[in-house]
Amino acid sequence: MSATYQLSHLRELEAEAVHIFREVAAEFERPVLLFSGGKDSIVMLHLALKAFAPCALPFPVMHIDTGHNFPEVILFRDRRVAELGVKLVVASVPEAIERGLVHDVSGPRASRNRIQTPVLLDAIERHRFDAVFGGARRDEEKARAKERVYSFRDEFGQWDPKNQRPELWSLYNGRHNHGEHIRVFPLSNWTELDIWQYIADERIELPPIYFAHERDVFERDGMLLAVGDFVQPLPHEVVERRLVRYRTVGDATCTGAVESPAASAEDIVVEVAASRITERGATRADDKFSEAAMEDRKKEGYF
Amino acid sequence: MELLRLATAGSVDDGKSTLIGRLLYDSKAIFEDQLDAVERASERMGADYTNLALLTDGLRAEREQGITIDVAYRYFATPKRKFIIADTPGHIQYTRNMVTGASTADLALILVDARNGILEQSRRHAFLSSLLRIPHLVLCVNKMDLVDWSQERFEEIKAEFRDFATKLDVADLTFIPMSALLGDNVVDRSANMPWYEGPSLLHQLEEVYIASDRNLIDARFPVQYVLRPFSDAHHDYRGYAGTVAGGTFKPGDEVVVLPSGFTSTIASIDTAEGPVDEAFSPMAVAIRLTDDIDISRGDMICRPHNQPHTGQDIDAMVCWLTEQSALRPRTKLAVKHTTRSARGLVKDLQYRLDVNTLHRDEKAEELRLNEIGRVSLRTTAPLFYDEYRRNRLTGSFILIDEHTGGTVGAGMIVGPTPSTS
Repeated sequence: MSATYQLSHLRELEAEAVHIFREVAAEFERPVLLFSGGKDSIVMLHLALKAFAPCALPFPVMHIDTGHNFPEVILFRDRRVAELGVKLVVASVPEAIERGLVHDVSGPRASRNRIQTPVLLDAIERHRFDAVFGGARRDEEKARAKERVYSFRDEFGQWDPKNQRPELWSLYNGRHNHGEHIRVFPLSNWTELDIWQYIADERIELPPIYFAHERDVFERDGMLLAVGDFVQPLPHEVVERRLVRYRTVGDATCTGAVESPAASAEDIVVEVAASRITERGATRADDKFSEAAMEDRKKEGYF
Repeated sequence: MELLRLATAGSVDDGKSTLIGRLLYDSKAIFEDQLDAVERASERMGADYTNLALLTDGLRAEREQGITIDVAYRYFATPKRKFIIADTPGHIQYTRNMVTGASTADLALILVDARNGILEQSRRHAFLSSLLRIPHLVLCVNKMDLVDWSQERFEEIKAEFRDFATKLDVADLTFIPMSALLGDNVVDRSANMPWYEGPSLLHQLEEVYIASDRNLIDARFPVQYVLRPFSDAHHDYRGYAGTVAGGTFKPGDEVVVLPSGFTSTIASIDTAEGPVDEAFSPMAVAIRLTDDIDISRGDMICRPHNQPHTGQDIDAMVCWLTEQSALRPRTKLAVKHTTRSARGLVKDLQYRLDVNTLHRDEKAEELRLNEIGRVSLRTTAPLFYDEYRRNRLTGSFILIDEHTGGTVGAGMIVGPTPSTS
C-alpha cells in the first residue's frame, strides 16, 4: 500500500474524519458527540477514539432520548459507554414533555421525531456545548448534499442553507459567538456502503437489531413496523412474523425494518451494494411527508 | 479502491445536472425511490421525459427556480473507484462556489454546449481550475446529438479551447464529445461517433493516474493537537497529532520544528492501530520525537534541509467570497493557514484579474464578491508556507471577517512579498 503512496478510499475517509475530530478538540471549548447507539454514531465514536488514542475521549457523548427506544439499543449504549469510560449526557424527550418544553404527539402515525429538535437545542444551551458532532452523511438526502462539514447554527439553532460559509481545502472555520454553535459532520463524505464496509473491516460491534432476526411486523405506508410498546397495528393491519433487520435506528414509532437474511456486516455489505432503495426512503416515515421534509426540519435545528 | 474527487462546472443550459444524473444513473448510484420522486416531479413540471437534472438540485429554492445555487456533493462508485462530485453552479455570480468545489478536487469536468462552443463562462471555469491547481481537466463537449455528431465541430471547439489553455497552466487536458441526455460516451463508448477513439468519460475517471498528484517531496507536518494521556499506562507519552501535508516521514528521520528551530529525531509514528513505518499525505497520525521539546498547535515539523518559507509578508491570489464587504488596502482580517491562526492586514492590492480575459487591472481599488486579485498581506505572526503551485495544503489559507465570523476570502500563496526597498 505505502509503496504507491495511495490510501484506500476507507483509509482516506478515516483520515479526513480523524482530522476533523482533532481540529474541533483543538479549537472549541465544549464539544459533544451525539450518540444514539445507531450505527453511524457508533462509527463516529470509533473514529473519535482513534483520533485521540492513547488519550481518553476529550469530550462527552449525548443521547437525545425520545423514550421510544429499541431496548437492545439502549442496553448497547449503556454497555459501550461503561466499557469506554466515556461520559454520557442524556437529554430526555419524556422529561421535556413533563416540563412543558414540548407537547407530545398522538395518533397511530405520531412520532416524536420533530419534538426532538427543541430538546436537543435546550440541552446544547444548558450544557453550553459549542460544537456538536453529528453522524449525518451527505448521501442520505438531497438537502444534506449541501451541508458543510462545519455547519453554523445561530442562537435559535437554525440552519440557513442560503447563507452557508464557503468551505475550502481542509481549512474549517469554527468562528461563532456566545450562544451560537457549530454542528460538525465528520462522516459527511461517507456513503451507506462505506459505513458498512468500515464496520466489517474494523469489526465494529453493533446492537443486534441491525442483523437478521425474527420479529412480529405489519405493513404501514409501505414500511414494515415492529409491534412493540409504542407501535400497535390498526384493526386492518395484519401482523406476521418475518426475518428482518434494521437499516437505520431512530424513534421506534417511525423506523421500519427490511426483510433480510443478512446476519453479519459482510452480508449487509453485499446487500447494500445490490440495494436499489436509499436507506431513509426505505425505513423512515418522517421523510416521506414531502419532498422538502428534511430541508424544513434541518432549518429548525434538527440533527 | 481509491477515492477521486472531481468538480463539475457548467451552466444549467450546458446539461451539467443531466450529465451528473446520467453518471449516477448509469453507474447505478441512483436509487428507485429517488428516481420515483424525480419522475413525479418531472410530470408535475410538464416534462415529457424524466428530468435527471432534478436528482441533483437539492434545495427547494433551486427546484423552484430551476438553478443550482450552491455546491452540492454527490457520491458514486464503480468497482474501480469511489467518486465524490462537487457539483458547482456555473452562473457568473457563483465563482465563489466553483472555487470552493475546486479547492479539494483531483479533476475538473468542464461542460460546453457543442452548438455554442467555448463561451466566456467556459474560459472562466478553465481559468479557475488552473488557479486552484486541479491536476486534471476534462472538457466535455456536450449535446453532440444536436450538431449531428459532427467531428468537425468537435475539432473546432477543441482547437479553440487549446488555444486559450496555452495561457493557463493545465497539466493534463482531455476532450470528450458526448451526449449526456442520450448517454453517448458517458459510461459506454458512443456508436454515433465512431471517429472518436478516446475513452468514455467514466473510463477516463476510473483510469486517470492520481497517485503522483500529491506532494511527496517536501515533508510538512503541521501540528494540530498534542496528545498527552496523563494515565498510568502512558505516563510519559507525548504525541504530536496532525495530518501529513506533504512529503513522507519515517521513524529515524531528523526533523526541525518551526518556529523554535529545535532539531530532533522521529522516535515513532503512531496510529490507533499501532506504529507505522512511513506516513504521507493525507494520513492522520501522531509523531513522537526522541527529545522533549516544547511543541504546540500551529508549529510545523519538517526536514532541516527542506524547510517551507517562514514569514509575515506574503503575496497571494485572493478570491473574495462575500457581498457584505470588500477587500481593500488596510482591511484587517483573521487568517487561517494549516493549523495556524493569525491576523492579517492587506498591505496592497496589486491588481484585479478579469477572470474572462485574464486582463490585469492595476488601478483596481477593491475586490468584491467573486473577484480575484493579487494581494500583499502582512500577518501578525509568521506563517510556514509553500507556494500554492507546489503544495495545495501548505500554500492555501482562508480569510475570516472578525466581526461576522464569515469566511470571506480564499488565498493561494504566490510567495514572499518582494521587498520594495
